[in-house]
Amino acid sequence: MSIYVDVEKRLGPFRLKVRFSAGNEVLALLGASGCGKSMTLKCIAGIEKPDKGIISVDGRVLFDSVRKINLSPQERHTGLLFQNYALFPNMTVLQNIRAGARREQDPAQREKLTSEIIESFGLSGLLELYPAQLSGGQQQRVALARILVSSPDILLMDEPFSALDSHLRFRLEGEVRQVLRDFGKTVILVSHDRDEVFRLSEKIVMLKDGTVDTFGSKDEVFANPETRNAALLTGCKNISRAVPIDDTHVRAVDWGVDLKTGSGAAKARYVGIQTHDIRAGEGDNSIFCRVTEVIENPFSYTVMLTPVGAANSIPIGWKMDKAAWAKMRSECVRLNLPPESILLLKS
Amino acid sequence: MNLFPLWNSLRIAGISTFIIFFLGIFAAYYISKAHRVVKGILDVVLTLPLVLPPTVVGYLLLRVLGPNRLIGSWFLQVFGLKLTMTWWSAIFATVVVIFPLMYRTSRGAFESFDETLAYSAQSIGLSDTYIFWRIRMPCCKQGILAGTVLAFARALGEYGATSMIAGYTPGRTATISTTVYQLWRTNDDELAFKWVLVNMAISFVVLLAVNMLEKRSYKTPVQKEDS
Repeated sequence: MSIYVDVEKRLGPFRLKVRFSAGNEVLALLGASGCGKSMTLKCIAGIEKPDKGIISVDGRVLFDSVRKINLSPQERHTGLLFQNYALFPNMTVLQNIRAGARREQDPAQREKLTSEIIESFGLSGLLELYPAQLSGGQQQRVALARILVSSPDILLMDEPFSALDSHLRFRLEGEVRQVLRDFGKTVILVSHDRDEVFRLSEKIVMLKDGTVDTFGSKDEVFANPETRNAALLTGCKNISRAVPIDDTHVRAVDWGVDLKTGSGAAKARYVGIQTHDIRAGEGDNSIFCRVTEVIENPFSYTVMLTPVGAANSIPIGWKMDKAAWAKMRSECVRLNLPPESILLLKS
Repeated sequence: MNLFPLWNSLRIAGISTFIIFFLGIFAAYYISKAHRVVKGILDVVLTLPLVLPPTVVGYLLLRVLGPNRLIGSWFLQVFGLKLTMTWWSAIFATVVVIFPLMYRTSRGAFESFDETLAYSAQSIGLSDTYIFWRIRMPCCKQGILAGTVLAFARALGEYGATSMIAGYTPGRTATISTTVYQLWRTNDDELAFKWVLVNMAISFVVLLAVNMLEKRSYKTPVQKEDS
């Protein structure tokens, strides 16, 4: 276990109470803005002081409220990457990276580390430039180089791609994935982007209002989000309140229909289904719907459907590729919600 | 024309500005980090000399530094030193009067500083001293320089508190501003006008310097495109 975090912090009406652990892997903190993701990161880095709890990295205690341990940010060896990259504007790229190497006492060793990192990040052409002269992608690379040259025990990344244009994001994500693989130690990635989180991380902590809502491996969490919040964060757009009928049937109140589900329905408070899991035609849960709206996306349509005969129901979104909808195009559709695709959610 | 008042004004303003540069910056730095309530109170107290009439400042200074008063009498007994009516007495008055200018402008500069720079620097192991002198100060350079120049200009023009605590002794404590008043009082209009011109010239140059400092921001050359 490389990192263990169990902290509490009160900040006005907001209360942060998180506990999680991770090995030498990428752990993502996923949540809506204001859920405490960045605060958690700042507690680990030593910028914010938790009211109580323990933080340890590789068995080294960084913070322990009982034993009154609270290492300074400098002593913690946590590489913190901000979304604006926080390069020192008054220093050149080379000076920025050298600043990162100052922990190393021996000047010869320091120079060696610096030139190695410059080499491996391909920065030799940028050394004399100031941060304001760099593109977003270059800034990110320099910031990562500056952090890694300081040989951190853990890497903390706060929304590392949010300052970039979307076409760049994808490419830089590939670069970062490689860097993280080479780093080989614990990485904590804070993000609100589920796709990014899915591609980069192995473990996921989902936060809601300062507490851990779901904690598990990426595949578990995405395949079977257990809570309404987790389902929303994995991008599930169709969620309805549910009243259990028996262990394999619920009434989806917001859609006004009864559904057959997998077992365990008795505890469900909500049901959800991903837009791409919906099928057309007959089946266990076939629902006759009227088309209320067709929203055009770049490469697909989202067809909004309301079950016929249900009063005040909220529409179900169904994602279809353009050709399929062009062929079908009608006012009414018979939908099938496969029982195995229906997510049973706690509140 | 005896140039002593010019020299005296310049050394008083120079020394006061030097002192206030460090005092103002450190007050600004520590107070901007202080608790909200402490900040509010200190802010008012430290800005007070900016709005008080200089004569009130002079009066208050005389009450503590005068030969029969608390600090003044102690210095007289222990060092045999009179704190008033010497050329350097004016430094006390000037320091108090220009402090708020330096404090306010540096605090403004520090408040616009992006704290994530300091956090990142800490996390890669840079000491707080290094961060202060090599990152925070260079990033806030413009505001701090502007504050310094403004404080210097104000120090040159200080009259009220100075005349109360240092008086006017030609060749010993006379400054430009006290000289102008004295010359006007004694109907030496011609010489008074010359000193007025000297004063205006200095102020003009100083304000020009402030303006140039404010306009010159970080050069942002053409951004490079990702390809």
